[in-house]
Amino acid sequence: MSNPIVEMKDVSYTYENKHALDHINFTIQKQAFIGLVGPNGGGKTTLIKLLLGINKLQSGSIHLFGEPIHKFKQWNKIGFVSQKANAFNRGFPATVQEVVSMGLTPKVGYLKFFTKAHKQKIEEAVEQVGMSEYLHENIGDLSGGQQQRVFIARALVSNPALLILDEPTVGVDAENVKKFYDLLHHLNEKQQITLLLVTHDIGTMTHHATDIVCLNKALHFHGNPTEFTRLSEHDLSHFYGHPLNVVTHNH
Amino acid sequence: MIADFFEYEFLQNTLYTGLLIGLIGPLLGTFIVVRRLSLIADALSHVTLAGIAFGLFLEKKYMVTFITPFYAGMGFSVIGSVFVERLRRVYKAYQELAIPIILSGGVGLSVVFISLADGFNTDLYSYLFGSVSAVSRNDFFSILVIAIIVITVLLLFYKELFMLSFDEEHAVVSGIHAKRIHFLFIVLTALVIAASIRIVGVLLVSALMTLPVAASIRIAKGFKQSILFSVIFGEISVIIGLVAGYYFEIPPGGTIVLTSVLILIITILYKRLKLTRLKRKAIA
Repeated sequence: MSNPIVEMKDVSYTYENKHALDHINFTIQKQAFIGLVGPNGGGKTTLIKLLLGINKLQSGSIHLFGEPIHKFKQWNKIGFVSQKANAFNRGFPATVQEVVSMGLTPKVGYLKFFTKAHKQKIEEAVEQVGMSEYLHENIGDLSGGQQQRVFIARALVSNPALLILDEPTVGVDAENVKKFYDLLHHLNEKQQITLLLVTHDIGTMTHHATDIVCLNKALHFHGNPTEFTRLSEHDLSHFYGHPLNVVTHNH
Repeated sequence: MIADFFEYEFLQNTLYTGLLIGLIGPLLGTFIVVRRLSLIADALSHVTLAGIAFGLFLEKKYMVTFITPFYAGMGFSVIGSVFVERLRRVYKAYQELAIPIILSGGVGLSVVFISLADGFNTDLYSYLFGSVSAVSRNDFFSILVIAIIVITVLLLFYKELFMLSFDEEHAVVSGIHAKRIHFLFIVLTALVIAASIRIVGVLLVSALMTLPVAASIRIAKGFKQSILFSVIFGEISVIIGLVAGYYFEIPPGGTIVLTSVLILIITILYKRLKLTRLKRKAIA
């Protein structure tokens, strides 16, 4: 097996007196599609913040693309679509092209301007998510599902090898959720982008992910969806800390 | 009437300075409006008033001429911008609190300096509402330097400022130095306010930075077009406002702002008309 893209060893994290993560060990292999599930307050967002370098590591170690996180510089290899991405100011006058261009801003660097090659990349990213016809439309005029695609294009424009999505389907209707997962499959299978998707929708994830990771402060499960669906309700309720009944569906 | 603006030097100074602030006010104002910081401009303009009052006080009581009210106003405005930033960090959950604190502090200081200088005088009146005759050649050159600084910094940091304005969290995650860029932005705001006060006055300066933008974002597609329309509306307001102010012998601050309001109403009506037509088409 090749070197993992992400390797967490014995990672714990505490907010003042509140324990958020407890001795987490887990790896993400290239081209995996990981569904990260768990109850609210279970440490999912903390784990992502650690991976993105927003929260500083307190104990244990994290390696990204083989490098220790404190030495890691190639942040453009990691794309991120935040839970709050679609909570932006809808009256903001920005076209799809302008929004996606933000994904290249850190890569281009300070005191430098976008070139024709950058503009080409932006158009390609917009095309990847099937939004070319809306390139010059204001993002506030698009539907929730379309906006989510634009934010994925913003994350994709810097050619990330790993794409992290934090509850990206909140507020998106069922039809667009299906289209959204189709897009993720395309990115994962055709473009070999590794995906880490945080979600509450366990039922959907069992249909789409290659791996399920269940986190509630400690790592309770890491395996394939078939193994996950074989878990008893008792086990799941124990992981979640409250009674749980999983209904599987594909959208 | 317009010919006078090319004939007399004092009117030339006013016109050229007006065109400069018609450019930099809405240019920076576009970022201010989309970042929902419109009231910060108001707070800083009141701090600028305190600086102007301080300058007038020094001039009147101690014959100090090297710190003119214009430079004192600019200095107070920049210091005020630093305080706004500090306060926004202290009150993270109530960031808007910085505005009334700085605004009332500015007015309080102004009252003290005005009283120490033995009351209101004509000069201060022109600082409050603007004037067509108050801009000297030196003022014009100072404002030209400010305009060059503002335009250069905005061009160089455009993409970072745009990113911060749209989604601060994403910008920070992407490694943008949000605090430094925001500090730079707020200092630029202070400079533009100080530069604009000679023409539009303390009480109306924030209107020049927000009204053209409010009109522009109704009809523009995208951020760059919003900036372009804001600047065009700003320049139209300044030109019409200055000429009308001169003709009717009233402070140009009022006529500039009223022209901006008129443009705003026209754009709102235009947008409404456009939407109604689209709806009718869709039904047909």
